[in-house]
Amino acid sequence: MDYNGAAIVAMKGKNCVAIASDRRFGVQAQTVSTNFKKIFEVHPQLYYGLGGLATDVLTLSEIFEYKLSMYKLREGRDISPKTFANLAASTLYERRFGPWFVEPVIAGLEKDGTPFVCGMDLIGALNFATDFIVSGTAKEQLYGMAESLWEPDLGPEDLFEIISQTLLNAQDRDALSGWGGVVTVITPEGATTRYLKSRMD
Amino acid sequence: METLLGIVGKDYTLLAADAVSARSIVVMKRGEDKSRPLNDHNLMVFTGEPGDAVNFAEFIQANLKLYEIRNATPLSTKAIASYTRRELADSLRSRNSYAVNLLIGGVDPKTKTPELYWMDYLGAMVKVNHGAHGYAAYFCSSVFDRHWKADMSLDEGIALLQKCLHELRTRLVVNQSVFIVKVVDSNGIREIQV
Repeated sequence: MDYNGAAIVAMKGKNCVAIASDRRFGVQAQTVSTNFKKIFEVHPQLYYGLGGLATDVLTLSEIFEYKLSMYKLREGRDISPKTFANLAASTLYERRFGPWFVEPVIAGLEKDGTPFVCGMDLIGALNFATDFIVSGTAKEQLYGMAESLWEPDLGPEDLFEIISQTLLNAQDRDALSGWGGVVTVITPEGATTRYLKSRMD
Repeated sequence: METLLGIVGKDYTLLAADAVSARSIVVMKRGEDKSRPLNDHNLMVFTGEPGDAVNFAEFIQANLKLYEIRNATPLSTKAIASYTRRELADSLRSRNSYAVNLLIGGVDPKTKTPELYWMDYLGAMVKVNHGAHGYAAYFCSSVFDRHWKADMSLDEGIALLQKCLHELRTRLVVNQSVFIVKVVDSNGIREIQV
């Protein structure tokens, strides 16, 4: 879980949710790239992030893309966040005794606009949080930042500011994550993605 | 102890691999080509356990050739890299996995856009502008960061590669005197002397 490094966080707001991650890809202490994708779009109202072993991040994102396309084809509609959380959890539990080394974070809006965030461990034990979810090697630092900055009923702009500060200040205290960030804020009108510059040391 | 280097230039990808085949402390051969052409515009350089590496490279080469024959169309660099990555990632969770690190470089013959993919034996892959595998990464990553720039001409690319090889020859304990350097551009793949 701490071979490649990651910092991923998702937060609930008032009629909005946000998900953010760092952009580093490294092999232990050696940084290889600073534009690694860890957050993926399901549809404009639902995003997920994968923190952990990079090879499994890539493989799982491909598996999810396949499963979600099949779901959409079968059902003729977009998947709801709650259903996707269960799909992700059972995909992980399929590999109970030889797991994917990945801890997913899911953020989205339900069809009625209710914010939804959830996380799970590497074998798919779900955690439906009422506030925020963190994942990756900077998990402890993210908990500390989120715990002190987050408050209920934040609007999209305030939520962006708070999730950004949470991410940046957490990843600066973790050697394995950082080197830039990406934040997506989801509102009923759609999702906006912004890239953050950050310390590169 | 093996070295792979890759640079993306204006309309080409430059790939280099050391040409030493060593076993334990003994050099068995100088002049071993650790690269395999995947099609006219895509090249793979690889390191790893000697048996594994060549076997895996030629397995990928053969499967891509088969795909080309079946579908009468060559694959893009990205498609080749994605296919290779998945083979490595699936092999990692099999009984006997391939321990192969590689760089895949290529050029789109129509748009002349060069691409380089860095991949390790776990199946982690990233698209990069410059990449290195092995001990060389410790010495050359900083050289790349300092001197690489977008849209370098071939001469500038070769000069950058020479800086890397110079660094390796002065600072790396193991002397890797022989390197095989290949250029991939819209004309195809060719070996150059550096």
